[in-house]
Amino acid sequence: MSQLSFLVRTAFRDSRKNIRKLVMFMSSIILGIAALVAINSFNNNLVSDIDDQAAGLLGADLAITGNRPLTKDLQLATDSLNSKRAEEMEMFSMSYISKTDASQFVMVKAIEGDFPFYGKILTEPEDAYLNYQEKDHALVDHGLMLEHKLEVGDSIKLGTKHFYISGRLKSAFGSIAATSSFAPAVYIGKQYLAETNLIQPGSMINYAYYFKLDDPSIADTWEEDNNDKFRNESLRIETIEERKENLDEAFSSLNNFLNLIALVSLLLGCIGVASSILIYVKQKVPSIAVFRCLGMTSKQAMAVYIIQIFGLGLLSVIIGAALGSIIQVYLPVIFKDFLPYEVVMSVSWKAIIEGIVAGLAMAMLFALAPLLGIRKISPLRTLRTDMADKGSDPLKILVYILIVLGVFLFLYQLTNEVSSAAVMSIGLLVSFLLLYGFSILMMWAIKKFFPRGWNFVFRQGLSNLYRPDNQTKTLLVSMGLGTAVLTTLFIIQGLILKNVDSMDAGNQPNMVLYGIEKKQENELKKITEEFDLPVIQQAPIVTMRVAGWKGKSKEEWLADTTRTARRWAINREARVSYRDYLEDDEELLRGNFTGEVVPGDSILISLDEGYAESLDVDLGDEITWNVQGTMMTTYVGSIRDIEFRSMRTRFFILFPNGVLEKAPQFLVFVTKSPNTETTAAYRSKVVKTFPNISVVDLGMILSTLNGILSKVSYIVKFMAGFSILTGLIVLISSLLLSKFQRVKESVLLRTIGASKNQILKINATEYGLLGSLAALTGISISLVASYFLATRQFELDFSIEWWPLIAVFLFITGMTIFIGLLNSRDVVNKSPLEVLRREA
Amino acid sequence: MNKILEVENLTKIYNSGERSLTVLDQINFSVEKREIVSIVGPSGSGKTTLLGLCAGLDKGTSGKVSILDNRLETMTEDERASLRNKFVGFVFQNFQLIPTLTALENVMIPLELQGQSNAKTISKDLLSRVGLGDRLTHYPSQLSGGEQQRVSIARAFSNAPEILFADEPTGNLDEDTGIKIESLLFDLNKEKGTTLIIVTHDLELAAKTNRIIKLKGGKIVSDTPSLQPVV
Repeated sequence: MSQLSFLVRTAFRDSRKNIRKLVMFMSSIILGIAALVAINSFNNNLVSDIDDQAAGLLGADLAITGNRPLTKDLQLATDSLNSKRAEEMEMFSMSYISKTDASQFVMVKAIEGDFPFYGKILTEPEDAYLNYQEKDHALVDHGLMLEHKLEVGDSIKLGTKHFYISGRLKSAFGSIAATSSFAPAVYIGKQYLAETNLIQPGSMINYAYYFKLDDPSIADTWEEDNNDKFRNESLRIETIEERKENLDEAFSSLNNFLNLIALVSLLLGCIGVASSILIYVKQKVPSIAVFRCLGMTSKQAMAVYIIQIFGLGLLSVIIGAALGSIIQVYLPVIFKDFLPYEVVMSVSWKAIIEGIVAGLAMAMLFALAPLLGIRKISPLRTLRTDMADKGSDPLKILVYILIVLGVFLFLYQLTNEVSSAAVMSIGLLVSFLLLYGFSILMMWAIKKFFPRGWNFVFRQGLSNLYRPDNQTKTLLVSMGLGTAVLTTLFIIQGLILKNVDSMDAGNQPNMVLYGIEKKQENELKKITEEFDLPVIQQAPIVTMRVAGWKGKSKEEWLADTTRTARRWAINREARVSYRDYLEDDEELLRGNFTGEVVPGDSILISLDEGYAESLDVDLGDEITWNVQGTMMTTYVGSIRDIEFRSMRTRFFILFPNGVLEKAPQFLVFVTKSPNTETTAAYRSKVVKTFPNISVVDLGMILSTLNGILSKVSYIVKFMAGFSILTGLIVLISSLLLSKFQRVKESVLLRTIGASKNQILKINATEYGLLGSLAALTGISISLVASYFLATRQFELDFSIEWWPLIAVFLFITGMTIFIGLLNSRDVVNKSPLEVLRREA
Repeated sequence: MNKILEVENLTKIYNSGERSLTVLDQINFSVEKREIVSIVGPSGSGKTTLLGLCAGLDKGTSGKVSILDNRLETMTEDERASLRNKFVGFVFQNFQLIPTLTALENVMIPLELQGQSNAKTISKDLLSRVGLGDRLTHYPSQLSGGEQQRVSIARAFSNAPEILFADEPTGNLDEDTGIKIESLLFDLNKEKGTTLIIVTHDLELAAKTNRIIKLKGGKIVSDTPSLQPVV
């Protein structure tokens, strides 16, 4: 016990005067942990915020939709869900606006219950959504109200009933049918729908049943258990998880990215720890030799410094965790004006505890490798300072294995994937070995090809890189690894932002015109041009139904109990298009795409992979279609994967040119309007000219999507910026620490008459070479790492912009030289004796 | 048993790649308790190596070294550390104070390593004895060379060693200060009854010891009593 207390006392006493040197060690941990905790807390808070957004898009934990109401059986199945419920009936209808004496095609949404359970209906006045169901009130689309100069208090007639407009609908909320909302929406209470007399035999009504579950975690299991049952009745079950998958690419990349940043922060901290402890132990060698000489055992000597580093490490992680929590709570407040949305931040204990445990464990592991060297310090160093320490240390190999294992476990905890964690750990190990090998090679090369003819100053700077007590290995490895990690982050950030940009809702088409007759095509184009709107997509649509496939009729298949084809795929009215090319967001998976068919040849069509699976057909299978009364036999010629990320019309079934041209058809136009006012005016003009054409405004849905994407973009930029800053500070700390290594040599040179200029040039040569080589190696490693990360982990298209990398190279080199010169500031500005006494 | 240190056939060879260098060659001598011995010789004669081997800071290539019948070559590094802590004291040419500890804390280390509860009292007394009672909380960098060596001497005597090794104790000091340090060393040695082995170039200092061992080329060339011993 007294031994332990002596060791603790000695550790404490020794740390007091070293605090300036250990501040660097502590700052590495503090910054690393602060970033880790802030990022994890941010991650927890913002991802849960985005989860809410996804929930808001659906409006419920679970939704069942279809064009028929629930059968009794299915009703019974939903009874097993302990939940709050809401129902929606949705139908297209013409409305009459008495104020302007105009008719308007609208989407009537009749709602019963507190829907949406998640998300908000944004209305003006704000509270209008609270009680519109209780009376014969309506919430009317903002664009429609603008177009007809309607105000709250005016009325709108749906069928035979007048509704009082109690609110202006500003933003779409989580309607299941929001994405298929082809007309401005009007929300009314479901109880008043019957009074409109809009429900007639043959009316096309979409039904939606929403559930807010007492235990939301069962949603996906329930969906899996019941999916087939509902699908067979052409009803679809959707959960928040599924809805989230619609935005999955952005979200999964974001999540991976945040994990990458958390790793980067911790690694940077650890690099700082390892390099600062390595340099610290080097400086402590004489003291440790004295301790050993006075009778301290090697274990006691190591214990003193382990206790010291553990104590300071613990203090640092606690400070770091507190700082991280403060940063994540207050940064959004500080940057409030710059934030595109309101961020609610709360202290995340999970992130704090994880940060402290992971941080302390990793910091100690990284510190342990240099600390083990203490055991080998000979007491003979008291007599001979140039005495080499004894042999290699097998325990160090064990520590290195533990470090790799620790990094692997940390990565596994982040990614939950053994393979990803293993690949990244090996990648880091290889990077380390490469840098280490490179530093040895560099020292050998400089020594071997030493430019003896150069002037003294440059020779001295160069020889500093290989002579005893050089810092080449330490700095090249720590700076190189730091640069590699930071540059990888930088490149990945750029690629993600590029990806998010490509999804930018602001650039998406936001208006769809459908029901266009062929003869109206040219006139409509003219009107579109008048409004200066682009025709982003134009596609013909022919409606048809499946009549049979693989030699059996539809009826025979439906009666077949062994059938695997889904009922929805069999029953749906197919909206088919034809063209002789594939769009950018369509990928041919199997077969050959046929764009044109010669009369008399077999008709080879292209199917979406999911649709083919649902109909249980594959390449070469025959499908017969009922094209508005005419039977047409086709064969599956190719299977496509369709990217549904952009707001364009997509077709499960694609015919080649030369088949459907003469079939009854209509056209779809997709365009993009710059603002609500243009949308309203354009819609008004189109509907007046061609009453049969429906103009669908996707603006509301897009504004929700845009909100989410701007969040993603913000988080990516903020997090990466934060981490890059942390990394730079850790790198700067490592460099500042190296000052203690060179100060005696510089003082000696100064004492024997070296000028200020000469000292600065010597240091600039050494640091310039170190910085440029570390940056070059680091950037090279980062290129390989980011290629693999981008293509394997993030599934992003890899491309490189060279200018930012050149800027990184110049910045790292410049920063290294600057700090190197800063380190010699004392030596050149103060008397040698003063410097030596102060650094002692 | 009066012999405190026995050296038999001690040889030290350093290997550097293909080459080997014999620094000490078949050294034999012994030291009696309370004896004051100086080891002299030109640079590179093996003085400091011999001191390090005698004090158990390193192991010889062959031969035997015993302190109080403890065979150093058979002991592990940690066992030798424990032996040093109990029986050995050191004074170095460059003082070897721990720069991050105060004067008092430096002196306390050997006692605290032994787990002694009165380490502070003993150390304060010793520092007062060497004239630094008012500099207890000063760090080495705040002390002059002479003062640092006095702290070093106080530390060397703090664990009441049986044998004290001094490596050029006045080598880094001016003449006046050197003389004061010599006096202090001899006085304390007399007071505490310690055996003292001094490695030095300074023949005047060597002359003040009981016995002078001269080394040259790693061999003892003479081992004679001093003509003007101080004790």
